[in-house]
Amino acid sequence: MPPDATLTPTRKGEANARRVDAMIAAARRRRRLQRLLPWLIILGSFLVWELGVHAFQVPAFVLPAPSNIAASMVKWWWPLLDNAWQTLMTTLIGFALAIVFGLALGIAIGSSTLLYHGLYPLLIGFNSVPKVAVVPILVIWFGIGTVPAVITAFLISFFPIVVNVATGIATVEPELRDVLRALGARPTDIIRKVGLPRAMPYFFASLKIAITVAFVGSIMAETVAANKGIGHLMILASSRFDVPLVFAGLIVTAIMGMAMYALAAIIEERTTGWAMRGQADQQVTPLTAG
Amino acid sequence: MAATERPFVEIDGVSMRYGGTEGTLALQDATLSVARGEFIAVVGPSGCGKSTLMRLVTGLWPSSAGSVIVAGHEVDRPLAIAGMAFQNPTLLPWRTILGNVMLPLEVVEPHRRRLRAERAMYEDKARKLLAMVGLAGFEKKFAYELSGGMQQRASLCRALIHDPQLLMLDEPFGALDIFTREDLWEQLQEVCLTLKPTTILVTHDLKEAVYLADRVLVMSARPGRILAERRVPLPRPRRLEDTYKPEFQALVHELRDHISAARRGESLPAGEETPDAA
Repeated sequence: MPPDATLTPTRKGEANARRVDAMIAAARRRRRLQRLLPWLIILGSFLVWELGVHAFQVPAFVLPAPSNIAASMVKWWWPLLDNAWQTLMTTLIGFALAIVFGLALGIAIGSSTLLYHGLYPLLIGFNSVPKVAVVPILVIWFGIGTVPAVITAFLISFFPIVVNVATGIATVEPELRDVLRALGARPTDIIRKVGLPRAMPYFFASLKIAITVAFVGSIMAETVAANKGIGHLMILASSRFDVPLVFAGLIVTAIMGMAMYALAAIIEERTTGWAMRGQADQQVTPLTAG
Repeated sequence: MAATERPFVEIDGVSMRYGGTEGTLALQDATLSVARGEFIAVVGPSGCGKSTLMRLVTGLWPSSAGSVIVAGHEVDRPLAIAGMAFQNPTLLPWRTILGNVMLPLEVVEPHRRRLRAERAMYEDKARKLLAMVGLAGFEKKFAYELSGGMQQRASLCRALIHDPQLLMLDEPFGALDIFTREDLWEQLQEVCLTLKPTTILVTHDLKEAVYLADRVLVMSARPGRILAERRVPLPRPRRLEDTYKPEFQALVHELRDHISAARRGESLPAGEETPDAA
């Protein structure tokens, strides 16, 4: 029948539109939950921790409750801030050095097979050396203080950057190389136009690893040989059996690590969003833009 | 196609052997010449050294024997005057389509020097080229936002942006479906009739070769040798309907017979060398 035949498609269309709307709304809810979930989980685990400590009567010098730690943070806020600042600076200097030298060596190794094969075994061996064992040597060379911590942070975060940058550059598609070579491109052109941009996702992925291990390095050195820094503070606190303060130091460290990681992730997204397509913003693509 | 002028590309007795003197002979004693502005197609079974030929002509690889002369000069290093397109579009994923098309301008002289000052002019040129292959309005998109056929069109534009005197196409439509391919044949023909580059197309699609080329060369299985050469007498511009005409079909059949003969005749004595040729 004619009236039915004209009505059904529009009604169907409306139903479809409603379903699309519902899908978009659901996706939006899911994304909101995704953003909130990390905070909820952190909050939840602190709550479980708090309740657990109270329920089992755990003494504070074994495992202090989060409320206890928070109180200690308030009480010792200035030493914590002061030492955290020292650790942050130490780590960032070491990290910056690691970026500069890591990028340079990564580019060199990635663009020359000869260097790659020549240097790789040494790098592997170097990376296998436990950095804790290196700290005493650094102390002999540079004395107790900031320098060993900076160097340890550098040494530990250097390797992932080198390896990732080298991989990104070494795996340029031969056809792409041919396109540029047939244009008369110099090797430096190929590295600049193709190798480096292609290595950027690898580089930023490595930065996220490198910044967290850089904290490990600097704090490790501070616990062995320093007169300032979060690591030093934690050693002092534990020698006084002030376990809540030790935990406060740990939490401050974790916060710094997360903040730096987030920073690296934001920079990564801004600069190499092309490599991450289809993960975040393509989950919902309503048929609005043509 | 004036015969008096010196050919633009002269390949004389060229052989190519991979991996030293004991290595596989990929190309044997190839001799051919291409006039300025001519469009030739090289067809043959897979593994016959067609791609090797491309790389020798562009100077990406040195030949083992013989000489390659392009524009009057012996090729001993990568040419700076060639535009290339491959079976994969090989677009840079971090650049927009426009940025990809403009890439050669950042490398090839004299554009390289002028690019900064005359960016608007070059951008306009890139836009025109993109519009020619039906990609107007896609300049700011990234490669992954385009279909395979559209990426291949952009790749063609990239090969043409710097007005290359030599256009090298290595199975550029091999990965596309037949409808897209036919579309692109028409557009490529139009572009080539407008810009008149000297073009060498490597393909295993006989219909494509006959439709596009002024001259078709048939190569044997490895080691590749040039077996036959056919001029395509059909007038330009050719239309897709022409592919159904008897003279078109006859030419395709004739070339097909050459290739069948090549595989029967050549693969037997050289059998131990070419397990993958059949």
